[in-house]
Amino acid sequence: MHKETAEPSVFGILAEFSSEKELLEAAAKVRDEGYKSTDAYSAYPIHGLLEALGKKDSLIPWFILACGLIGFASAWGLQVFVAVIDYPLNIGGRPLFSWPAFLPIVFELTVLFAAFGAVFGMIGFNGLPLPYHPLFNVEAFKSASRDGFFIGIESTDPKFDRAKTAQFLKGLKAKGVYEVEP
Amino acid sequence: MSDHSRLEAVIAPGYTLTSVTDKIGDIVTKDPIRKGWVGGLFLGFIGLQLFLMTVLMLFEFGVGIWGINIPVGWGFDIINFVWWIGIGHAGTLISAILLLFRQDWRTSINRFAEAMTLFAVACAATFPLLHMGRPEVGFYWVAPIPNVMGMWPQFRSPLMWDVFAISTYGTVSLLFWIVGLIPDFATLRDHADKAWKRNIFGVFAMGWRGSAIHWGRYETIYLILAGLATPLVLSVHTIVSFDFAVAQVPGWHTTVFPPYFVAGAIYSGFAMVLTLMIPLRKFYKLEDFITMRHLNTMAKVMLTTGLIVAYGYLIEGFMGWYSGSVYERYMLLNRFIGPYAPYYYALLACNVLIPQCLWFRSCRRNIPLLFVMSLVINTGMWLERFIIIVTSLHRDFLPSSWGMYYPTIFDWSMFIGTMGLFFSLLFIFVRILPVISIFEMRVLLSEEAHKKSGGSHA
Repeated sequence: MHKETAEPSVFGILAEFSSEKELLEAAAKVRDEGYKSTDAYSAYPIHGLLEALGKKDSLIPWFILACGLIGFASAWGLQVFVAVIDYPLNIGGRPLFSWPAFLPIVFELTVLFAAFGAVFGMIGFNGLPLPYHPLFNVEAFKSASRDGFFIGIESTDPKFDRAKTAQFLKGLKAKGVYEVEP
Repeated sequence: MSDHSRLEAVIAPGYTLTSVTDKIGDIVTKDPIRKGWVGGLFLGFIGLQLFLMTVLMLFEFGVGIWGINIPVGWGFDIINFVWWIGIGHAGTLISAILLLFRQDWRTSINRFAEAMTLFAVACAATFPLLHMGRPEVGFYWVAPIPNVMGMWPQFRSPLMWDVFAISTYGTVSLLFWIVGLIPDFATLRDHADKAWKRNIFGVFAMGWRGSAIHWGRYETIYLILAGLATPLVLSVHTIVSFDFAVAQVPGWHTTVFPPYFVAGAIYSGFAMVLTLMIPLRKFYKLEDFITMRHLNTMAKVMLTTGLIVAYGYLIEGFMGWYSGSVYERYMLLNRFIGPYAPYYYALLACNVLIPQCLWFRSCRRNIPLLFVMSLVINTGMWLERFIIIVTSLHRDFLPSSWGMYYPTIFDWSMFIGTMGLFFSLLFIFVRILPVISIFEMRVLLSEEAHKKSGGSHA
């Protein structure tokens, strides 16, 4: 890809930290330094990490709401179509559009569609399933699913410079700094 | 650490992110296959075969192999259905409602309780299909599938609501469970001992890498799922109770049914969690994670829901008398002195009388007693459904069409068979998936550390 450089290109640079606290402090410094294409990695969700990195994504609740509304509309549509339009049964002259009797299924399908939206939305927005990711080339990254704390700065960042960025991350008291092969 | 704080701890002291991961993960990846486990799975598997054989008999000869008749058209099939679905309420209650209430003790039991829920719902879900005797035809009555008969299901019927409630509940519980498993799959992918295990877990982990951005979305949807599942849990047994309450049958047509059914469901669900958790924590040495605090708290939940159930019995009786309806009053009398009266007294003993010992701390902290108590409550809750269904049906409006209900061997083999299905799934689960949510234990450790650094231990 990068023909102008003789060096092989990298996906980015990964720095390992030894505790949650150090990770949070380093994340704030990475943000303050002006890096944008960054991400942190840990074995459990850390409160305040996204804020420290300066990233916030609040699109997904809207997606879930939309899915829930589709479920709501489908449940009404299905029941009204069946009970009023396509298969009307006159039972003692009672009204065909007996809406209170449709509410339980409306509730259930709203919840069902919203739950599907939540789960598949999370998976989809996160870009999963992803069979290959360069980070897994780093041997130490195995501990990200166990007890490790990492910050990665990707080479797509306009401020990214292989030597300088690595130097900067080392200066944040990182336990280890690794170049990530693409 | 003082004796009191040891009893109150949700996790034993001295654990780190690394050791908590290894302790839980190793059950899946390193623990040798033990004789006790093989024996348990074998028994479960035999039960499963019994189930399949009964299903075969049922499809060949129809529902006549059971003891049901007219007037008692609902027998063990519906009793077992309600019993299993009730048990299936604990998991999502623990994972969703207790999450919203920020109960830290839910962390180490939610994965297992959710699995138990799924398997109990699977057992329950077999009955609505099988009790039709010919599910290949009956399917059109419960599922809105366009067909050449030009017919549609009746959406005004509580039985239809039930089908939607159960299937939604099963699906949402499964989604909740799988979402909880994704980060743990990633852990197992990175740390399993053999390549084939790493590959399998890798497929299920879907490339999860613990990114902060991913965690952000993950936490958002986990909370929203909990918010969605909370009314869902309460709706399911409410709708199951509508199967009865909407009918005119004496003893069924009461407004106390929905809350009383929901409380009963949670009651039996927690009893089943205790029945399974007490041997499990001993067998896999998980006493550090499933502590006295958990058992004690679950016992308190059982006591509370048991009291709500007792209130339900009381109101049921009062309303039967106060209604002034001759049929309702006879139903009451029939419960107390009719042919099924011994079962009614056994039910009162199991569900109301015996569990009162949970008021005492010494009882709640006596593990063998708690185990016995959980079995007693499970029996009591089964008897409750038996009493509700059979005593109401066998003598309803017309004395000329009264009758008796006697279960046959196929009723029993079906019931024991679903237990086989349940235990087979459970034994397989404890070996191939982490029984405790590893990443949530890490969160718990991190929170405990924050508490300590903020508190007097700083």
